[in-house]
Amino acid sequence: MTRTQPLTTTQPVTMAQALNRALRDAMAADERVLMFGEDVGALGGVFRITDGLAAQFGPQRCFDTPLAEAGIVGFAVGMAMYGFRPVIEMQFDAFAYPAFEQVFSHVAKMGSRTAGRVRLPMVLRVPTGGGIGAVEHHADSGEAYYAHTAGLKVLTPSTPADAYHLLRAAIEDPDPVVVLEPKKLYWARGPLDAPAQPAGLGGAVVRRPGRDVTVVTYGVTVPLALEAADLAQAQDIDLEVVDLRALVPFDDETLVASVRRTGRCVVVHEAQGFAGMGAEIAARLQERCFHSLAAPVLRVTGLDVPYPAPRLEHHHRPDVARILQAIGRLQWDDQPDVHHLGGFPPSTPAPSSAAPMPDTRASVPAPAAPLMAPTPEPAARTDPPVTVGVSAVAR
Amino acid sequence: MERLKEAYRAMVLARRFDAQAMALAKQGRIAAYPSSLGQEACQISVAFALRPTDWLFPTYRDGNALLTRGIDPLDVLVPVRGYQHCGYDPYVHRCAPMATPLATQALHGAGLATAARCRGEDTVALVLLGDGATSEGDFHEALTFAGVFRAPVVFVIQNNQFAISVPRARQSAAPTLAHKGIGYGIAAEQADGNDVLAVLAVLDEAVAQAREGGGPRLVELHTYRMGPHTSTDDPGRYREAALTESWRRRDPIDRLAAYLRRHGGLDDAAQAGLDLDADALAATVRAGVATPPVVAPTEVIDHVYAAPPRSLAEQRAALVAELAASDVAERGTR
Ligand SMILES: Cc1ncc(C[n+]2csc(CCOP(=O)(O)OP(=O)(O)O)c2C)c(N)n1
Repeated sequence: MTRTQPLTTTQPVTMAQALNRALRDAMAADERVLMFGEDVGALGGVFRITDGLAAQFGPQRCFDTPLAEAGIVGFAVGMAMYGFRPVIEMQFDAFAYPAFEQVFSHVAKMGSRTAGRVRLPMVLRVPTGGGIGAVEHHADSGEAYYAHTAGLKVLTPSTPADAYHLLRAAIEDPDPVVVLEPKKLYWARGPLDAPAQPAGLGGAVVRRPGRDVTVVTYGVTVPLALEAADLAQAQDIDLEVVDLRALVPFDDETLVASVRRTGRCVVVHEAQGFAGMGAEIAARLQERCFHSLAAPVLRVTGLDVPYPAPRLEHHHRPDVARILQAIGRLQWDDQPDVHHLGGFPPSTPAPSSAAPMPDTRASVPAPAAPLMAPTPEPAARTDPPVTVGVSAVAR
Repeated sequence: MERLKEAYRAMVLARRFDAQAMALAKQGRIAAYPSSLGQEACQISVAFALRPTDWLFPTYRDGNALLTRGIDPLDVLVPVRGYQHCGYDPYVHRCAPMATPLATQALHGAGLATAARCRGEDTVALVLLGDGATSEGDFHEALTFAGVFRAPVVFVIQNNQFAISVPRARQSAAPTLAHKGIGYGIAAEQADGNDVLAVLAVLDEAVAQAREGGGPRLVELHTYRMGPHTSTDDPGRYREAALTESWRRRDPIDRLAAYLRRHGGLDDAAQAGLDLDADALAATVRAGVATPPVVAPTEVIDHVYAAPPRSLAEQRAALVAELAASDVAERGTR
């Protein structure tokens, strides 16, 4: 990959700046690279990711389109078919939906429809996810739709350095790539150096090594998982945090190697859980390392609801407390998870750290147990993990 | 004259409502607010042209049309207050939730209008759109459907010259947006959107035609977004202040005030009375926003299905348990 200037900066940059830099460098390196979409010209995009590109490269290479997402994607298909490498911006996650047909019927299928004769080297950038207090339709996590669609590659960075390298790799890739940019992390800072492991398409990275549980996540929830790991450490549970970075292609090796070591896994993502990435990951793990698993793979995800109004979004989004609680439910005492055996609905008020623990050992299935009860004190471990649950962290 | 006095009153209230909401947004008390400053003649006329039995399909920018239609100002602001996505009962006000995904509501309006006609009603649906939204596929499909089914629907484009940063010229090479009706066999008209007399005349006629079985109508109102796209936007990046200044001279409220004063419909005393009413409205909005409603967290789950499937009911129970536990934990630490 050609670089116009030395990449390493001493000052930490925001993810937004890193993405801007990636576009700038890619456009400088290859004049076939174009950037277009809604408000990406004079305004520099509503998140300023394209700031200054129109001024630097001119209106032929970075330009505003009419307000029509299907139009933007379909237009890019035509340009990609004929020698250009368009990078297009969907203004917000939910506003990519009008382009659904173009993405799913054409972008993803062109290679196979033409027996490989036509390749579409194009990048669909989608600001994604919530946690920013946005009004409705501005906080969706649509990764499962894209990942489910064969023919697309799907990347999602969690650091400025990865944002830079993943976007450059996406632009250079011969296939169409969807880059899901976590809006909440746009302003998070980090160094723009070479990543610890090269961020290519398909390379997960171990963000934090640990021995007891693999927490696998991507995008906006990576910092949450790292925070949870710090808190769990205080209770002597050592979490390994794997950042997938690429949802397609999927890096089974890194993940399976991690879970073989730890024997336990929790998947964390902000999108709804039902039929989401977490389900795919759990399935792949039990297919590949069933005998290494000491507990079922658990998921900590958004609720199965349309994204809530901003003042209520924190009830929907995964948080550190929910991650820690899932960690606590990983059958440390070799007892089944009351969460799934506990009957429904719970007939007693929720216990807390102040209330006595329900004795699930004596009463499995325990119809009276709440669905997210704090985990019983483990029996089998020599270094007993202190009960982690919602009470462990102030919400 | 009485109607124009009413229209003037509605515009004065609308402008104050908008200014108050903008101020609250800048203070961070409500989310990014899309002001309709300068578009008051369009907004209030829409409400004036409709009967209570008609339906309105608004966008995020049409809070003042809703206000004029009689929706509580605090309910109008509910989406930006952040507790719910829609603050009113659409059936009570015959007003769909404000649509954010551009032009999607145009098909809903065509469908509802057709349904009303099938039911033998003389209900008309009025769909509001921006100039940018006319580039979306749904706009074109809505015109196609409305034309084919001769739906009693009026599509009203508030051409405020910008779609966020993108000027009208980037949306279409057509000389006017009203021209877009031609390809769909839909009669279209334009009017000066800052002249409330013109807007009322055109909308009255379009609604009447639709009601009488004349089929759908398209109306383009030429106006200008005097403010930023929302309270978080910076128009300095993409448009000349001089352009905005030139539109200030065409202010719809100033124009109607001048007309009314010339014709004895407005004097200083009446203006002072209106200003007091506007102050009172602003005070109501401030006080209401300062008093947040109590919304149960389970609201995020409770309305997704008529009856929640078991899996969602389980998540609800988990949320309740979690809230109870954190409640106890919080009390414990105090
Ligand atoms: C399908 C879709 N794409 C993008 C957006 C983001 N967006 C919100 S408002 C807006 C500009 C709309 O311009 P216009 O239709 O002229 O209406 P105005 O905002 O000027 O009233 C854009 C691009 C959206 N809401 N929906």
